[in-house]
Amino acid sequence: MQFSEHWLREFVNPPLTSAELAHSLTMAGLEVEALQSIAPAFGGVVVAQIIAVDKHPDADKLKLCRVDAGQGDTLQIVCGAPNVAAGMKAPCALVGAELPGMKIKAAKVRGVESFGMLCSARELGLSEDHSGLMVLPADAPVGEDIRFYLALEDKLFTLKLTPNRADCLSLKGVAREVGALTGATVTLPSVREIKVTSDRRREVVLEAPAACPRYCGRVVAGIDPKAPTPDWMKRRLERSGIRSINAVVDVTNYVMLELGQPLHAFDNARLHGAVQVRYPMPGEKLLLLNEQTVEPSADTALIADDKRALALAGIMGGEESGIGEATTELFLESAFFSPDAVAGKARALGFSSDASYRFERGVDFAATREALERATQLILDICGGQAGPVTEAIARDHLPRREAVRLRVTRAEKILGIRLGAEVAARLFKGLDFPFSREGDTFTVVPPSHRFDIAIEEDLVEELARLHGYDNIPARLPHGSLAILPQHEQSRTVWRLRRLLAARDYQEVVNYSFVDVSWEQDFCNNRDPVVLANPIASQMGVMRSSLIGGLVANLANNLNRRMDRVRVFETGRCFLRHGEGGQIPGFAQPQRIAALASGPAAPEQWGVATRRADFFDAKADVEALLSPMRAGFERLDHPALHPGRSAAVIVDGKAIGLVGELHPRWVQKYDLDAAPVVFELDLDAVLRQPLPAYQEVSRFPAVVRDLALVVAQEQSAQALLEGLIAVAPAFVREIVLFDLYHGKGVDPEKKSLAFRVVMQDTQKTLSDGEVEAAMVKMIEAATQKFAAKLRS
Amino acid sequence: MSDIEHLVEQATAEFSGISDAAALEQAKARYLGKSGSVTELLKGLGKLDPEERKSTGAAINSAKDRIEQALNARRDALRHAALEMQLKAEALDITLPGRGMSTGGLHPVTRTLERIEALFRSIGFDVADGPEIEDDFHNFTALNTPENHPARSMHDTFYLENAPGLLLRTHTSPIQVRYMETHKPPIRIIAPGRVYRVDSDATHSPMFHQVEGLWIDEDVSFADLKGVFTDFLRNFFEKPDLRTRFRPSFFPFTEPSAEIDMSCVFCNGNGCRVCSHTGWLEIAGSGMVHPNVLKAVGIDSEKYIGFAFGMGPDRLTMLRYGVNDLRLFFEGDLRFLSQFR
Repeated sequence: MQFSEHWLREFVNPPLTSAELAHSLTMAGLEVEALQSIAPAFGGVVVAQIIAVDKHPDADKLKLCRVDAGQGDTLQIVCGAPNVAAGMKAPCALVGAELPGMKIKAAKVRGVESFGMLCSARELGLSEDHSGLMVLPADAPVGEDIRFYLALEDKLFTLKLTPNRADCLSLKGVAREVGALTGATVTLPSVREIKVTSDRRREVVLEAPAACPRYCGRVVAGIDPKAPTPDWMKRRLERSGIRSINAVVDVTNYVMLELGQPLHAFDNARLHGAVQVRYPMPGEKLLLLNEQTVEPSADTALIADDKRALALAGIMGGEESGIGEATTELFLESAFFSPDAVAGKARALGFSSDASYRFERGVDFAATREALERATQLILDICGGQAGPVTEAIARDHLPRREAVRLRVTRAEKILGIRLGAEVAARLFKGLDFPFSREGDTFTVVPPSHRFDIAIEEDLVEELARLHGYDNIPARLPHGSLAILPQHEQSRTVWRLRRLLAARDYQEVVNYSFVDVSWEQDFCNNRDPVVLANPIASQMGVMRSSLIGGLVANLANNLNRRMDRVRVFETGRCFLRHGEGGQIPGFAQPQRIAALASGPAAPEQWGVATRRADFFDAKADVEALLSPMRAGFERLDHPALHPGRSAAVIVDGKAIGLVGELHPRWVQKYDLDAAPVVFELDLDAVLRQPLPAYQEVSRFPAVVRDLALVVAQEQSAQALLEGLIAVAPAFVREIVLFDLYHGKGVDPEKKSLAFRVVMQDTQKTLSDGEVEAAMVKMIEAATQKFAAKLRS
Repeated sequence: MSDIEHLVEQATAEFSGISDAAALEQAKARYLGKSGSVTELLKGLGKLDPEERKSTGAAINSAKDRIEQALNARRDALRHAALEMQLKAEALDITLPGRGMSTGGLHPVTRTLERIEALFRSIGFDVADGPEIEDDFHNFTALNTPENHPARSMHDTFYLENAPGLLLRTHTSPIQVRYMETHKPPIRIIAPGRVYRVDSDATHSPMFHQVEGLWIDEDVSFADLKGVFTDFLRNFFEKPDLRTRFRPSFFPFTEPSAEIDMSCVFCNGNGCRVCSHTGWLEIAGSGMVHPNVLKAVGIDSEKYIGFAFGMGPDRLTMLRYGVNDLRLFFEGDLRFLSQFR
């Protein structure tokens, strides 16, 4: 909502500066988004008439003008504007005038003296138009200060209104609010009942009374279709951002801005029979004023006549029934359309109109007729003509109800946390012009017809708080019951994990949850991803079911920026279909933690040979994340990963994620330099951690034995280790793989795995016999089950 | 000077001329060894008469002590010199960089989220979570925003294909609804998370973060809301004199509602480019929980009052660290992200 401050002050004129007025509106919930001057500061410019135009003796493009600027004698002014002509009126900057960025002096232009400057709109900072002199109307008074003549001391207020304050989508509404805030007297334009001078009339039938419970119409006959819109009206419309079209349309827009009631003017000659408000017939189409042909939905009310649809009720008029250059007889509509009937309809058709914007938020249903009278009066004043009688159709049962709302001052005080008192409440309600009755500190308030946001006690509490001033409510530190928040030791927070990965040289990223559908196919083999109906771009069309795609894209982008070492991680949700147990049936939305490492395992540095991060680096990161839980790793066939270099991560017998090297086929497709290693784990599984449980520390000496076993190349070290553990007596405290060897002395088909066995009893020193027996048992298991040989 | 004294001088001089530990031990043998000069002198004592034996013996023993002292002093000196040499030889160029792994870092926005969580936890707020694919009921209807409510046009919503009524949450308020459905007052939570709106330009991202807070109890007021949020902002920005301004506004799920401005953290409210010369920055929406929201989750709205607020941690991060482009947060550029270690 944008309007001229002069216009507002015509209705209410509190003793506040523009800035103070803006502040007071903002602090009352009508945010003044912008307060701008109409024109930059300048002075010494007057209305002037060009008396004569001659050629400049020495320049083809310059003219020598004699100008009457009301200074007594005419002035000689050199001018280069292409449109300069004798008789025209234009702004003239006199000698001594100060314009934006220049000062006017008497000067010689190509040898000819010039006393002032004729101005374009751009030279005055009024617009970007510099195509020629700014043309002033023929009746502009010569010599008058242009700032006064064009009302340039005015300012523009732009309000950013919240959807509940449709009552302030008019000057009347804003004036009423300013009155309530400042106590200044509000004087609205007097609207009188127009004397009926024509018997032309048109019947109105309400066939959709819920959508349109009140409709007022009247014929205005014999208007002058060529009558120009007065400058003052044009100016006010322009300052509200509305372009002047013709006098009748301008009047309807003007009254909408003034009183908040959208109006529509039909060409009465193009109507047939009674005007009806009804729902569309199947397949019914309508060409709108914006040249869009629509087929309105069954619940969109239409204005129609006996033959056809004329307009979308409360949204936009139709092209065929609108007024044109030859229209001499109008049918003027002022109606109340219910917010529910209009809401969302224009948006569904892909546009918005001033009328639908107002109706869907709520228009004063008690002022329908007043707006029609006001518009009629202005049309008669500007275009002449004779007014017919008002035909009004009303369905009272369908008009919005205004139920009385109870307000307890004590309740308001409790909600706001202040002492207010019933007297203050009474004063504030009076200021708002809300009718009320009072019993002690309980008020019964009837919301006025222009307010659509007062239905419950809290709504009135907000009104009181607003007018009392939010600034006058203190900021208070609250009191509460100080119960300790539970801290579960068997789970850790995601912050611990983030810090841990950061400490292991990973940088956290946040990637979009919507991804390219090809990522889902490549990295997850997901043929049935969760698809967005209205994605922002096609490459962000589906919801991710893995974090890996985003990390691979991070890698590719950073490689492009010549970063050769990229280590990134992310925690976030993934989205899968057919999941169970979630809060949204049919979808699983697990949180995951994933990382990618590419390039040198450690930053390139002196004294350390550079090597690429590989599977085992990523595996170590997974193990560190899970510690103290121990994970198992099983071969995995996964579309994103190298089949020989990837593993499922198993905790407590359940797969909780994966780790591996990216499949070589994606290296080329995604423009990578080499295959990175990645892992992705279910966050919930990683967040768990066991409570530490004490085990007795032995006071007896530990016995350490090494065991080197030669096994087939493809033998899994983990299986062998588990085989050893399975047969080891209880005093075997630890078996650790400490060396892997192939090379000289070992059959090339085989490898040597060396384990360190630590044995220790908590009750006694182990005897040689016990130690030997344990080793024999393990060696037997290894030779029998895994065809291992002791390395000599 | 007697021979004995001469011997002491000679030994002392000889020791001090030796710079090698083995040579020093050989020299020692020449004086104190089995056939060393001092030992020889002691052997000669037997030939002297008892009077003379006593005085000469004392002199020889004194000489022996002094030679041993000189020897030990020289040994210490040599050991010290050897250590000095070793240390000198072992000296490093300590300006060479340290070796091993470097460290990564958190994303600036999650860093902010961690901070917000910590600040609110310190006054007893728990952290709640919820799904990002939401249903219409929890995202809108339960929040007093029925279908066709004009407020819905304030949120341009992403919808799922072939899944009527399902959407990507446009705010984290549905977390609060779900929490209220399963918990009884008093309730004190914050709800951080990712949210989605169909919007993309220099100041809008289709995915961004939000943190909402909720406090419901029998005696919670608008004054408390002002107190808590002002206190939070002062501690978040570590500016004890930061000012806030609460303006009436409209949200379907709060009544009364307030927009919260804070004094610009760049110019302390004096006006600068960042705050468009107003001195104020819009930072959060808030208000007293609408009774319809409480009713929708079965909380007695006469007995309980609550306040709620919602803010954008992305914006807080930008203001805190001076980041001027929202899009940087979601581009994964390590040159940018690594600045927040």
